[in-house]
Amino acid sequence: MTPLALLGSTGVELVYMGSALLFILGLKLLSRVKTARTANRWAALGMALAIGGTLFLVGRVEAWVLLGGAALGSVVGVLLALRTPMTSMPEMVGFLNGMGGAASACVALGDLANFSQDRPGLTLASGPTGAEYALAVGLSLLIGAVTFSGSLLAYFKLSGRLQRTRLGPIGSQALNAVLGLACLGLVAWAGFVAEGGDTILSGHLAIVALALLLGLGLVVPIGGADMPVVISLLNSYSGMAASATGFVLQNNLLIVAGTLVGASGIILTKIMCKAMNRSLANVLFANFAEQAASQKDTGYTGVKSASPEEAAPVLAAASSVIICPGYGMAVAQAQHKVRELAQLLEKKGIGVRYAIHPVAGRMPGHMNVLLAEADVPYDRLFDLDQINGDFQNTDVVIVIGANDVCNPAAIEDPKSPIAGMPVLSVWEARTVFVIKRSLASGYAGIKNPLFERENTLMCFGDAKAYLEQLVAELKST
Amino acid sequence: MSLALLVQALPADQAADAPHTLSFLLVGAWVLLLAIFMGVELISKVPPTLHTPLMSGSNAISGITIVGALYCAGTGYPLLGQVMGFCAIAMAMINVVGGFLVTDRMLRMFGTKKPAPKTREPGS
Repeated sequence: MTPLALLGSTGVELVYMGSALLFILGLKLLSRVKTARTANRWAALGMALAIGGTLFLVGRVEAWVLLGGAALGSVVGVLLALRTPMTSMPEMVGFLNGMGGAASACVALGDLANFSQDRPGLTLASGPTGAEYALAVGLSLLIGAVTFSGSLLAYFKLSGRLQRTRLGPIGSQALNAVLGLACLGLVAWAGFVAEGGDTILSGHLAIVALALLLGLGLVVPIGGADMPVVISLLNSYSGMAASATGFVLQNNLLIVAGTLVGASGIILTKIMCKAMNRSLANVLFANFAEQAASQKDTGYTGVKSASPEEAAPVLAAASSVIICPGYGMAVAQAQHKVRELAQLLEKKGIGVRYAIHPVAGRMPGHMNVLLAEADVPYDRLFDLDQINGDFQNTDVVIVIGANDVCNPAAIEDPKSPIAGMPVLSVWEARTVFVIKRSLASGYAGIKNPLFERENTLMCFGDAKAYLEQLVAELKST
Repeated sequence: MSLALLVQALPADQAADAPHTLSFLLVGAWVLLLAIFMGVELISKVPPTLHTPLMSGSNAISGITIVGALYCAGTGYPLLGQVMGFCAIAMAMINVVGGFLVTDRMLRMFGTKKPAPKTREPGS
């Protein structure tokens, strides 16, 4: 027997403590961009420690399960990590959320199968520990399964393969309420009422089936603009599922790590909701698209447009420029051209900054990553609060593929569906260029009076192509 | 119900097995409570610029459930446990490997350049 093995369960606990510490330090180092890469490595080290410690100190894992599963997961993980373009990061995070939830549910179900076999004839619901165990399994399965089906649906929605807001009866709030109550009822039933391993197991399988439907029903009605909220919330759920599985296995490391992830997702969800001036309940249940449709835009009057030839001299004469990117920039893959334009302007001595609205893009921080990919220094990127007061002293604002996040109706029209939403007050600048394909409305589906403003010039066209012409035009002057 | 009452409520045989242990639910609840507040404190300090890497990094951390999968797939357990263990290991591994790698890929883009090289470029 090795000295390590002699340590037994105490040794494992110590290793897990070290691992939890590394996760916590990792998150702490993520508070600064400069230390962020180290942060990720520390967290990865914590994970390696936890896996290694379990294998060496507890390990009696069936070889085919371990090697097969780890090989399969690693290959898929590496491919995803290296192949996914930065524009598709929301889909990837959505997919990973689902994998996390499903893995936790599988562990809970597997442990239940093992547990009832270990002690045949055991009545799980007998005594407080039995009830605790059955409750923990039930919750873990419920959260895990909702996360799994909800995340996969979010993945299909984000990758544009599914646009519907109903799938037959799935998606109606009434059905969701029934499913939710049924799931909670089954969790309680399996915990306190059901007797015998097989009965409890079948109750738990029913939870999985209903929870999978519930996950679909919760995500189906949610529209494109609200996706950042849903992705953040599912991120949180995947952590909570791991945490619940920690209660199943009586493992503190799972509880701590899962809770850190859960807290992260909840905080991001809160930030996103605040940036849209809506409550979480409103995002999840109000069906915003239908509300907005009742306010159909009545067409635009007095819109002025500018060609690249007309826009270039205005830009060249400016001394300060703020670029305001949105999801359209990601779709057009225009981030590199944006950087080229900014570089050109800076060579002419014009100051360029970027204004990033919290819900620009399809997930928190999406624009920041895209601009970082194009080598834009991160200290040129400013939040809504940091930069909103500066627009009035700015010569030119270039809005690229953003719409609702700079809609003055949020401030000026109390009847607007987005009234009260904090927006970038780009219209306070001397001139605003809006690079956009057409006058079509954004994801909120509402009219944007910015396009009609005296100082707004619409730059119609594909963002990338337009910027290319603009850069060429500026170079020739 | 106070803690003392709950401990008393444990069946006698269990209390004999572990004379001074609380039920795991209670211990776990303590850990959960403290972890929630610690998590909120830590995450609130992450700047918005890093919110996407934060999400992919936390995807990787939620792969911690792989530890549970390793217990679940122990030798001698029934097939259902092992099949679940296999699925859980594979999926958790996607999160661990994919999550940490893609986060590193993103953070590398934030890191390679100095804070603002453009300001040092000649103004010509």
